[in-house]
Amino acid sequence: MALYQAILELADDNLVLGHRVSEWCGHAPLLEEDLAMPNMALDLIGTARTLYDYAGKLEGKGQSEDDMAYLRDEREYRNCLLVERRNDDFAHTMLRQLYFAAFMKPFWDAAANSSDEVIRGVAGKAVKEMAYHIRHAGEWVIRLGDGTEESAARMKDAVQALAMYVDELFVSSAAAAEAEAAGILPKRADMRPAFDAVINHIFAEAMLTTPEVAYPQTGGRDGLHGEDLGHMLSVMQALYRAHPGASW
Amino acid sequence: MYSQGLIGADGSTDESQDFLDRFQARIDAEEKIEPTDAMPEGYRRTLVRQIGQHAHSEIVGMLPEGNWITRAPTLRRKAALLAKVQDEGGHGLYLYSAAETLGVSREEMTEELHSGKAKYSSIFNYPTLSWADIGTIGWLVDGAAIMNQIPLCRCSFGPYARAMIRVCKEESFHQRQGYEIVMTLARGTPEQKAMAQDSLNRWWWPALMMFGPHDADSEHSDQSMKWKIKRFSNDELRQKFIDATVPQAEFLGLTVPDADCKWNEEKGGYDHGPIDWSEFWRVVKGGGVMNRDRIRDRKAAWEKGEWVRDAALAHAEKRRARKMAAE
Repeated sequence: MALYQAILELADDNLVLGHRVSEWCGHAPLLEEDLAMPNMALDLIGTARTLYDYAGKLEGKGQSEDDMAYLRDEREYRNCLLVERRNDDFAHTMLRQLYFAAFMKPFWDAAANSSDEVIRGVAGKAVKEMAYHIRHAGEWVIRLGDGTEESAARMKDAVQALAMYVDELFVSSAAAAEAEAAGILPKRADMRPAFDAVINHIFAEAMLTTPEVAYPQTGGRDGLHGEDLGHMLSVMQALYRAHPGASW
Repeated sequence: MYSQGLIGADGSTDESQDFLDRFQARIDAEEKIEPTDAMPEGYRRTLVRQIGQHAHSEIVGMLPEGNWITRAPTLRRKAALLAKVQDEGGHGLYLYSAAETLGVSREEMTEELHSGKAKYSSIFNYPTLSWADIGTIGWLVDGAAIMNQIPLCRCSFGPYARAMIRVCKEESFHQRQGYEIVMTLARGTPEQKAMAQDSLNRWWWPALMMFGPHDADSEHSDQSMKWKIKRFSNDELRQKFIDATVPQAEFLGLTVPDADCKWNEEKGGYDHGPIDWSEFWRVVKGGGVMNRDRIRDRKAAWEKGEWVRDAALAHAEKRRARKMAAE
């Protein structure tokens, strides 16, 4: 069951962030971003689907990917808090994407050596996608940080708002720690140097500094979320739940 | 997706008869007209308006379908819908680029959309009220668009014709995907089947209106036909669409909402009841449920994104200046 839980955490991270990014579709600041955002959402949701499918098999109770995505409440969701944060503005969205991808890129890189075949398969695809997300989001963080007075101020606000959710990325739940000990998943804490190198490089160009975080926010892995996640899930799950047992 | 008789084109032109005759001879010889070729001002104006309307339709069309991305009932459907809406945006980008070859910028076209000066396909002024509408839009709206766009692949203006070849391939994939959504519902629970029928009831007539007014009432068709921008009349295309679609509805066990829709052995096609053109004009002129909301949402995205676009320009300028200083 520990591996099931650990896979679910990863799947939830990808689905929740994919859903958040998809909320931009048709409302982006420029047409090129209306194309880029669904692309990133598709990468994340694709990864989530493979992981849910695998988690369902590990659990062995016949749950489909959709049962897991659509029938769990917020207390049962195991995503980290960063990914559930609202889109707010384009600066927040791009920074959230950068933080996540800067963590996941080395994570999937290391997972290429996993003892688990499914994880190796996911890693092979996801690592390329995360490299692209770092490039895309990173370039925007630089443009906005070193753009106009307004964009620089908004970028600084985004850093102030989101930096407190970064530490949670490096914390392994009890379930993840078991999977790490078994050589199935890479150790989360080991990603710190690669993450810092990417963020420091981009922040230097974007004229941003990483603030001191007095109270890092954690709790997502225990299902202790902010209030926004419940609203996101209620929108996402409404139709599926309104027709129990139906096929779509 | 997009299909509609061109709204309000002015094909008038004042070049010499000799010039017009030589241009017409190229058209008649099925030569493609390219952006750098001499062309009558009316031809250029008609194309700018038509391609612009087409591009705007793709962009505004992202909204009614985007309305269900966050509520798609399975992860597979969510991914497929995201990819589809992304395709529509891609068509928009492609078409804006085709229009730009005629000397009008994307920004100008965007401003005309927001001010109401430029039109987009009126079908997007109807709301998507259930998941079934996502299927029906693919099946009927993209289906109608294909009827109109297949002949556009042979349009006399090269960049538009070439754009349409790729667009048509993607649209026909969307059409099949939409039909498959409706089929799943029609074979699902009684509630799902009712959802599919209700959706067909709401979209059938607006889909028929997408081909534009009857030929007898269509002002701009003659010149567009002569210039081979358009190849078939509104009524011809509408008939093709009905003949292809009614059997598809029957196969699903759904009924088109038209008591007069019957097979006519003599003409080898379906007859249909009268189309309510007062509704068509009401919606074209801004009186549909969603007209104001669509433009409000497009404008909001544009205005809220202004600081982002400004920052990108300012940053590019700073980079350029730094590079110059370093050299």
